[in-house]
Amino acid sequence: MALLAGGCDRMVVLNPKGPIADAERGLLIDAFSVMMLVIVPVIVMAFWFAWRYRASNRAARYEPKWAESKLVDSIVWLIPAAIVIAVAVLVWRSTHRLDPYRPIASDVPALDIQVVGQDWKWLFIYPEQGIATVNQMAIPAGRPISLRITSDTVMNSFYVPALAGQIYAMAGMQTRLQLLASQPGKFVGRNTQYSGDGFSDQFFEVLATTPAEFDAWVAKAKQSPDKLDPATYARLAVRSRNVPFTYYSTVEPKLFDSIISRYTHAHRMPEPAAAAPARR
Amino acid sequence: MFGKLTIEALPLYSAIAAGGALVTVGGAALVVLVITWLRAWKYLWTEWLTSVDHKRIGVMYIVLALIMLLRGFVDAIMMRAQQAMALNSGGYLPPEHFDQIFSSHGTIMIFFMAMPFMTGLVNLAMPLQIGTRDVAFPFLNSLSLWLSAAGAGLVMVSLVIGKFSTAGWTGYPPYSGIQYNPGVGVDYWIWALLISGIGSTLSGINFVVTILKRRAPGMTLMRMTPFTWTALVTSVLMIFAFPALTVACGLLALDRLLGMHFFTNDHGGNMMNYVNLFWIWGHPEVYILILPAFGVFSEVVSTFARKRLFGYESLVYATAAIGLLSFTVWLHHFFTMGSSATVNAFFGIMTMIIAVPTGVKVFNWLLTMYRGRISFHPSMLFTIGFIVTFVIGGMTGVLLAMPPADFLLHNTTFLVAHFHNMIIPGVLFGYLAGYMYWFPKAFGFKMNEPWGVRAFWFWIVGFYLAFMPLYVLGFMGMPRRMEQYNDPAWAPWLMAAAAGAFLILIGIACLAMQVLATFRDRRRDADVTGDPYDGRTLEWATASPPPAYNFAILPQVRDREPLLDMKERGVAWQKPAKYEDIEMPKSSAVGVVMGAFAFGLGFAMVWHIWWLAAACGLVMWVTMIVRSSDDDQEYRLSAAEVARIEEARYRALGSRA
Amino acid sequence: MSTRPGTMAAHGGGGSEAAELHEQRALGFWLYLMSDAIIFALLFMTYGIMAGNTDGGPTGKSLFDLSNAAYETALLLVSSMTFGFASLAARDGNRGAVLGWLVLTFVLGAGFVFLEVREFVGMIGAGAGPDRSGFLSAFFTLVGTHGVHVSTGLVWILIMMGQVTVKGLTLPVTSRLFRLGLFWHFLDIAWVGIFSVVYLPGLM
Repeated sequence: MALLAGGCDRMVVLNPKGPIADAERGLLIDAFSVMMLVIVPVIVMAFWFAWRYRASNRAARYEPKWAESKLVDSIVWLIPAAIVIAVAVLVWRSTHRLDPYRPIASDVPALDIQVVGQDWKWLFIYPEQGIATVNQMAIPAGRPISLRITSDTVMNSFYVPALAGQIYAMAGMQTRLQLLASQPGKFVGRNTQYSGDGFSDQFFEVLATTPAEFDAWVAKAKQSPDKLDPATYARLAVRSRNVPFTYYSTVEPKLFDSIISRYTHAHRMPEPAAAAPARR
Repeated sequence: MFGKLTIEALPLYSAIAAGGALVTVGGAALVVLVITWLRAWKYLWTEWLTSVDHKRIGVMYIVLALIMLLRGFVDAIMMRAQQAMALNSGGYLPPEHFDQIFSSHGTIMIFFMAMPFMTGLVNLAMPLQIGTRDVAFPFLNSLSLWLSAAGAGLVMVSLVIGKFSTAGWTGYPPYSGIQYNPGVGVDYWIWALLISGIGSTLSGINFVVTILKRRAPGMTLMRMTPFTWTALVTSVLMIFAFPALTVACGLLALDRLLGMHFFTNDHGGNMMNYVNLFWIWGHPEVYILILPAFGVFSEVVSTFARKRLFGYESLVYATAAIGLLSFTVWLHHFFTMGSSATVNAFFGIMTMIIAVPTGVKVFNWLLTMYRGRISFHPSMLFTIGFIVTFVIGGMTGVLLAMPPADFLLHNTTFLVAHFHNMIIPGVLFGYLAGYMYWFPKAFGFKMNEPWGVRAFWFWIVGFYLAFMPLYVLGFMGMPRRMEQYNDPAWAPWLMAAAAGAFLILIGIACLAMQVLATFRDRRRDADVTGDPYDGRTLEWATASPPPAYNFAILPQVRDREPLLDMKERGVAWQKPAKYEDIEMPKSSAVGVVMGAFAFGLGFAMVWHIWWLAAACGLVMWVTMIVRSSDDDQEYRLSAAEVARIEEARYRALGSRA
Repeated sequence: MSTRPGTMAAHGGGGSEAAELHEQRALGFWLYLMSDAIIFALLFMTYGIMAGNTDGGPTGKSLFDLSNAAYETALLLVSSMTFGFASLAARDGNRGAVLGWLVLTFVLGAGFVFLEVREFVGMIGAGAGPDRSGFLSAFFTLVGTHGVHVSTGLVWILIMMGQVTVKGLTLPVTSRLFRLGLFWHFLDIAWVGIFSVVYLPGLM
């Protein structure tokens, strides 16, 4: 019991901290409830029939040839069909509403952040603020965050379960994700798409703050002696694990776009410093 | 001379890897020793390895599956142990080893446990159920078996020479491409799949032609057994789905071998294409696996409830619907890859629609139990356990089929729990039920029931304990395939899961004990009549085991339950007026030879030993050509010989004749 | 690859058994061709998706030679016709004619393969090999897979010529010829697809 009680609010998917994740959880609960209408009777019938019609129970009726009934057949097709239609409507609406490419409706303008998946850490570029960070993404609570995501390595999946669902990060391409933290707090983000030896370590922190705290955080980053120019980027992109929070006070303009175009154009940026170690 | 192969390919870099290699080599050596000590090589070669008899081939497929079940389960228990202890610690397995293990676990269970198990059961039972002498292409049947064995061999040899893939059983590029994975692991995976995939496609063709063209007189399609129907639809799926896997793996191989750019990050490659191609195969594949299990459940429920199967026509239409729909849902494996909402929603809805015919089947099985007279043979226990547990997995599947919900749960342990919740109670329980059900037919004596019951209870309790925590962990945001983790809240659940895996280990031990006890008691539990359960379908009309030709005279079928119908009319097991000559296919070593050289070809391609690959390829070509030019592939059993065999059986049947 | 269903007296003699066997093999071969068709369909689909992925390198327009493709088409189409005549001759039991038409088919098919290999070698020599870009990978694989199939067909034609010579036009031999015919005509259709989907649009 303690296990369950303690576990309950650690189940982040069921304890969302933002409206997107909240809507997604709502969907889970609605669909689950509807399906109980079928699941519970099936399980009950399985036990009940097995017990009642066991061979030793001579009291029960035995009808070895009863194998067809149009009425029963219709019910058996119609009930699952009705449930599926109900859930399908739910799916159609919610999928469009919760499309990760669709901006969150809000009075407050969205904050743009660009995300780059690397081996085995995450780079966050704030184009408006002109800073960048590794493994820590600070966001002001209450403000929609509009993410553009890519990868500078193999396929990754950007995932902050407390706030929103995930989306893949792929080299040469850009995907989008919207999230919003209702309240300040600290949340875990991870990569869920296996990407090699350091995969287990590829988590990051999402720090949702008050607007004032967010400005302070940006100001602190602008104090950092580190600058994200092409050479620094090339060093960063080399495989590494357990990279501590790093802040860059300036970012090479259009860095995110050039990371993508390195894969899509014939004319490319210089390769990262060291190639992958040869493995057998 | 030896391509990339050097002494460093031996797994001397780690005690565990060396241990695995030793067990593999030791196990193989032990088998060879035992066969030599029993002086059974000639028997094995003439009666089994070169046999083209569907019954023998079926048994060999199932033996392969059970061995690979053990190997795949060792992977599982190693993973569970690692994850139970790896909170903020490296555990006992470094990432590279753990990553090979999760990759080989999935690869083995799907391709070398489930597929062979299914193919074996269909081979064993389907021709008997439709009242024919053998499948349409017996030699091709043998070839398919040995190609599957060759693929399994490649996976096993990777334990000893080189390493296996770390790219999961799905092998997504660009991680599985040559830039990020220059080693041999992914190549082992590719060639194991390509070779066994050809075997599966050929089996599909074989079964379709058999079912469409070789049914006994009077057996219309709507008089076939439900298992045969599922075998038919599954086989059609195999023919149409496996080409997609061949293309996916083939293009990946071209990327790796010849530097092409199908799935690379740059130069115009597109990794999303691989994902589509793989799952265009991958989704029908899971239906290929589950439909025959559903077929087994239909047979078992009807036999052990002693009642006609409810809603046969519904079941047939549901099976066909599932087959068709299985090609329309593949995108639900990658809702998170950035498709538009409309595309995602469409595939989500199609996925839900496929739940309808599946639900219909569950109700029909329950309604067969209703007002039946149920006896709890282990196969029946597996069936009831399946009904209760599978619907939970089905429900979680519908949850995952909703794209926004999937965004939260994709690639977490919730997903892992869901698909195991379908495959274990669905596929595995179905195949275990079928295996225990048809064992007497194959060998002539019944399986030990107490050990079967014990196996069932350990499996089902173990299953719940091993996988329900994974649902919880998914809700906690734990991704799959993690070699270690840092969230303490996860640890107790992972320990529970490890305990569950341990219970399943006992379940497997019970299965092994069952085999031993079965053989020990084979005289006491002999199946003299060939009809141990008072059966309703044609396979129970034959002797156990049936003679090579199955039926001396092909039966005339008048009903969907032909044997029951014959019993009720008093004409079951009637001695015929006279016998005819019967022509049967000759055994052939070509299947074994092709399998061996296919293994050689795969191994050579993995290690870039080009001359060896060319040589093996050439031998395979020439062998095929010689074989296909051979018009003398049958032997004749005279009517007198048939009569002798049949008379012996009638004597055993005693007063029933 | 043969088994005969055991006979009941009612089924009649060896003739109908052999016919049944031929039917089953023909059906089996059709099913194989369908699986092959799926492979081609997926390769077409891949090509369609990747045709634009030239990575700043050579495009179809700069590489494809329409007249070469036209010759290849002509060779293959005519070879289908000559195979058709071989099939008719087989039905008439005319061994010599069968061999003659098969030789012709072989020569035309070999001509096709020669032209294709020459095209590939030329492209690779000009730096437009399958490792240059996704578009080229898809092109070489789609067209090359077809070429490998044709080459296999050529080997099969030689084998059949050998069988016809040694065994004559027995039922097993003619039923194999029938299946080879299915294969050959199928490859013809696949080529029409390639010509229409790859070469023509590439040049427009």
